[in-house]
Amino acid sequence: MENIEARVKKIVAEQLGVNEAEVKNESSFVDDLGADSLDTVELVMALEEEFECEIPDEEAEKITSVQQAIDYVSAHLNK
Amino acid sequence: MSLQGKVALVTGASRGIGAAIADALAADGAVVIGTATSEAGAAAINERLAARGGAGRVLDVGQGGAIEALVEAIEKEFGAVAVLVNNAGITRDTLLMRMKDEDWDAIMDTNLKSVFKASKAVLRGMMKARSGRIINIASVVGVSGNPGQCNYAAAKAAIIGFSKSMAREVGSRGITVNCVAPGFIDTDMTRALPEAQREALVGQIALGRLGDAKDIADAVAFLASDRAAYITGQTLHVNGGMLMP
Repeated sequence: MENIEARVKKIVAEQLGVNEAEVKNESSFVDDLGADSLDTVELVMALEEEFECEIPDEEAEKITSVQQAIDYVSAHLNK
Repeated sequence: MSLQGKVALVTGASRGIGAAIADALAADGAVVIGTATSEAGAAAINERLAARGGAGRVLDVGQGGAIEALVEAIEKEFGAVAVLVNNAGITRDTLLMRMKDEDWDAIMDTNLKSVFKASKAVLRGMMKARSGRIINIASVVGVSGNPGQCNYAAAKAAIIGFSKSMAREVGSRGITVNCVAPGFIDTDMTRALPEAQREALVGQIALGRLGDAKDIADAVAFLASDRAAYITGQTLHVNGGMLMP
């Protein structure tokens, strides 16, 4: 689990061009990390590639914070 | 030249404007994948482009999932698409009073929906690359209107609006989206027009002659090149002065 958290945070930092230290679990991509709508789409694309999964659009729309991304990946990788 | 090694996808490349575009991009160094609706057409494209690393492929843009599958296959075999030219198009000319639903739908599917689908299919690769060129072939009639072409003109005008919106969406990622709007070009499509109509049309062209497919191809090659890096959301009219919007 910790591994997933670290990987998610690394991707978020890379995609949004922010320092990894700024990426907290409760951080909102848009409100806290300065992402625009296109950034969030790209972020989901990057998560899909990192974790080799496909995130449906209706699920992707609900992933708006670091914790939500971690939760989604954790839930779907364990299946 | 400037497109050395870049993968370019040109739809409808077996003849006319599409064939000239494929040749021009290949001459500039691109690895060009040209599509045709028939096996024979794809084979002919293959013959023309193979020597320069390109290929011909069968694509019916109206067939569900076909564009996505093709783009995926190209990415595997040649690499991510750096230049997309949406050229494939058909006409179903008739007066609106006689226009059937099928005439309308065929044009919208082949000429407009294909632009949406192909642009979306290549976008992931372009976003990752932080660069890309999408060039959509519109038409002078999408701006001027033309009797007998309500369906065709509507689709071509829609392509221009699509391109402007997409240009705003993806500009921050270094991807440009532009249109080239051909005027009256000497191709199979325009050779199908009655002689009297052809003559009347030439009379409206400032340069006094029909355009050549190469005239369009040169404009596309320019927009695909690094020299056009700061041009996006625009429609380049290549029509010999037939219309000056």
